[in-house]
Amino acid sequence: MARIYEVMFIIRPDVPEEEVEKLIAHLEGSVTSSAGTVKTERMGKRRLAYTVRKFQEGIYVLLTVEGSGEMVHELERRMRVTEPVIKFLTVRVDEEQKRLEKVKKIRDSRVKRKPQPAAEAAGAEPAAAASV
Amino acid sequence: MADEQVKNEATASETAAATPATSTTPTVSTPAAHTPRVGRPAPGGGYRRSPGGDRGPRPGGSSRDGGRKFFRRRKVCKFCVEKIDGINYKDFRMLSQFINERGKITPRRITGVCTPHQHRLSAAIKQARNIALLPFATR
Repeated sequence: MARIYEVMFIIRPDVPEEEVEKLIAHLEGSVTSSAGTVKTERMGKRRLAYTVRKFQEGIYVLLTVEGSGEMVHELERRMRVTEPVIKFLTVRVDEEQKRLEKVKKIRDSRVKRKPQPAAEAAGAEPAAAASV
Repeated sequence: MADEQVKNEATASETAAATPATSTTPTVSTPAAHTPRVGRPAPGGGYRRSPGGDRGPRPGGSSRDGGRKFFRRRKVCKFCVEKIDGINYKDFRMLSQFINERGKITPRRITGVCTPHQHRLSAAIKQARNIALLPFATR
């Protein structure tokens, strides 16, 4: 019952580089210790759209996490108590990915079928209409 | 128009007949009071209003006689045309096309985005706002 989540969080800008690394490693460790997999993407320092805890910019990090809901709950709890993390957002993405795959499959099948009606217009046309 | 007036007068006289207590003078004045109310939604009134309104003519207005001279290209959903399936909160550059300078989500009637995509779009904008990629309000 593994689910895929995207956890995006913002670290305050005045934290030194090695501290950021340590923090990310700490959060990754919280995931891997509860049998989850994690992929980290650093999005770099970015200006915030509005002031958060008197900061105008922050270091954005995106974790793509696969695991259970309890694991994400624990991750969120850790972020809440970690002082340099000023904001975080968790989004469940597996359902959306499933939907996108489905849409893509339908689209691909339609593209494949498209050249056929040109060759044999009568036979392929109802088949294409049925798939819609 | 003329037919409507006649019909209106007929209904007015009917109502007058229904209330026999009223004298002759109100019976005459009642159609006069009713006629403008019928005349207002007629094309004349609609024509005068639509170019002067702050919204300008709507795309739907082209079928009416007032909006024809302002021919407007039919708006199409950007996501349907460009075949963008997933509207993601991380793509704030794309999302920022659909918010106005105050940070509000632009209505569908302005952008032409279709209903299912507008739903996903507004959800993505709200997520992006929560992680400070987009503003809640500016100024």
